[in-house]
Amino acid sequence: MKSTILAGALLAFATATGVHGQAIKLADVAELSGGGATVGTNWKNGIDLAIEEINAKGGVLGRKLEVTHADSQSNPGVARAQVQKALDAEPYVLLGPGYSGSVKVTAPLAAEAGITQIMGGEAAELTQAGNKYLFRTSFGQQSSMPKVAKYIHDEMKAKTVAVVWVNNDFGRGGRDVVVKELDRLGSKVVADLSTEAGQADFAADVGKIKAANPDAVFVYLNEEESARILKELKRQGVTAPLMGETTLIGQKVIELAGDAANGARGHVGLTTDAPVDLIKAFREKFSKKYNYVPDHNGLKGYLAVYMVKATTEKMGKVDPKAFADTLHGLTIKAADEPGILMDVTFDQNGDIDRQSFLVEVVEGKQVVKQVLPKVK
Amino acid sequence: MSNLFDLLVAGLATGAIYALVAVGFTLLWQTSQTINFAQGEFVMLPAFLMLAAMHAGAPFWLAIILGILLSMLLLGLAFKLLLVDPMMRHGVLPLAIATMALAIGIKEAVKQFFSAEASPFPSIVPTGDISLLGHAVSLQSIGVLVLAILAVFGLTTLLNRTSLGHQMQAAAQNPTVARIIGVPVERMILLTFLINAFLVALASLLITPIYLAKFSSGEVLGQAAFVAAIVGGFNQVRGAIAGGLLIGVLDNLAASYVSTQYRAAVPLIFLIVVILFRPQGLLGRAEERTV
Repeated sequence: MKSTILAGALLAFATATGVHGQAIKLADVAELSGGGATVGTNWKNGIDLAIEEINAKGGVLGRKLEVTHADSQSNPGVARAQVQKALDAEPYVLLGPGYSGSVKVTAPLAAEAGITQIMGGEAAELTQAGNKYLFRTSFGQQSSMPKVAKYIHDEMKAKTVAVVWVNNDFGRGGRDVVVKELDRLGSKVVADLSTEAGQADFAADVGKIKAANPDAVFVYLNEEESARILKELKRQGVTAPLMGETTLIGQKVIELAGDAANGARGHVGLTTDAPVDLIKAFREKFSKKYNYVPDHNGLKGYLAVYMVKATTEKMGKVDPKAFADTLHGLTIKAADEPGILMDVTFDQNGDIDRQSFLVEVVEGKQVVKQVLPKVK
Repeated sequence: MSNLFDLLVAGLATGAIYALVAVGFTLLWQTSQTINFAQGEFVMLPAFLMLAAMHAGAPFWLAIILGILLSMLLLGLAFKLLLVDPMMRHGVLPLAIATMALAIGIKEAVKQFFSAEASPFPSIVPTGDISLLGHAVSLQSIGVLVLAILAVFGLTTLLNRTSLGHQMQAAAQNPTVARIIGVPVERMILLTFLINAFLVALASLLITPIYLAKFSSGEVLGQAAFVAAIVGGFNQVRGAIAGGLLIGVLDNLAASYVSTQYRAAVPLIFLIVVILFRPQGLLGRAEERTV
């Protein structure tokens, strides 16, 4: 009898110790192949780097972080299946995807499961549907596009603008906001061109831009297509200034487009060229580990994990149900949590507020021209 | 109108690449009744072979030579000996399915060994414009067009004006009779595979600076070239050339004058119309073989 009690006590002790020492499981679903491979690969590498750092310093509340990566193939249908599979394994937090279309179809699944989803999508509508479990790692288009339109109107002094966008949720969302804002400011959209994801040949689209002869061109495509259209714009001798968002002036785009990227300007919520010491340190660590300079998606993946760390430490417990409530309205200061890189606040919709940057590509490098303050 | 001229030149340049790839479809079909559904991946792979050579330290010109030679070895010789010959015994359908599997295999292998991300690729044609009939035309378009035309011209000269070409045609049209009159049919068929491998390597060299080197880039090219080959006539080299140029131009004109949103549908609608009214293709022969 004594031995049975002793065995039971030992078992209980072992179980309790085991639970305490058990890893905190995160699930990542990202665009590891397909059109968004650049997005997903950077995002994944950022996540892995953050987890490695956090675990090396003892983890979160004494527990290690563990992540599983799944490939959405840049396809919303596959993303949905992968997210469902990931949720079935009951992760603490879901990370990704990066494409707005994939976030749109997966967010209801995470919300239904009561699991917080920290994602990279930028489509305005994502956080406007009342989903309490969805959080951004970057600006939504409702925050970034008005800044873009204002820059085109005020700084570029463009009376006429050509708008080129990719025909998916990301592109349509950005296009709708920027066209509305340009109209409000008094800049006329003289060409409104939709292109396809994965499109290889932009000769006809650029031909239309040339024919419209705008004062400025707003380019809102995914990274690879951005590089292709930049080359075609140069090839056809379009001299109007080019304005875009993060996807126009990212490192991968610069690498792919070469000289053609020079002169392109963009508003970026995050850039590894930001004049911020913590971001510079991140860039160095990332480049050392992966042998390339990350784009903003690397930063987003990294931040996502540090959002998990800061929120969990704020709660003082690992509680997936209380996670979203804690993150809403939370301000995380870089002084307290250096991994968050810049002071950041999350509002009740899961949208983010922090400094942002206006960047120009000069001789193959991003140069930050202006630092824009937090909105609130 | 100036826009139309630019569109025509750009369309012809892209179409010339389609033509190079489409010619490969017709060559293999004529000599071995093979439809190679990995033809798009055959265009994608040489660029990565060249990139691998450059990463290993080879200068661009040497990487091009190595890439072309390796392509001829892998996509010509090995493809014929290791896949087409063994599968041919089981009929055309198993062979076609095997080439589909090969396409997936090549794509996945490139993704695994290189990266799923696109890579830049240097251009053999300098960037910049030249003045042509009062228009600024990009050197890259002209260069691609000229090189592709030279390749096709060389091929048609070989086929129509040389003894070797006549032997190849004889082997394609009737292997039994060709054997009787002393044509080394097997060698001629192998030569066709090698020529196809050379053409796809050339197409890869010309198109990758524009499309970027990516494991999935063969999908678009393979599909466009397949449509071009059918439209032009699957059993005629000149049909494939015409089909390629037509699809390239049509795609650009459709994107510009119809809708960028439906550009992908226009060549397919054109394909359906051609098949309905001229199933053998615009320049194809109604009969499959003649003696």
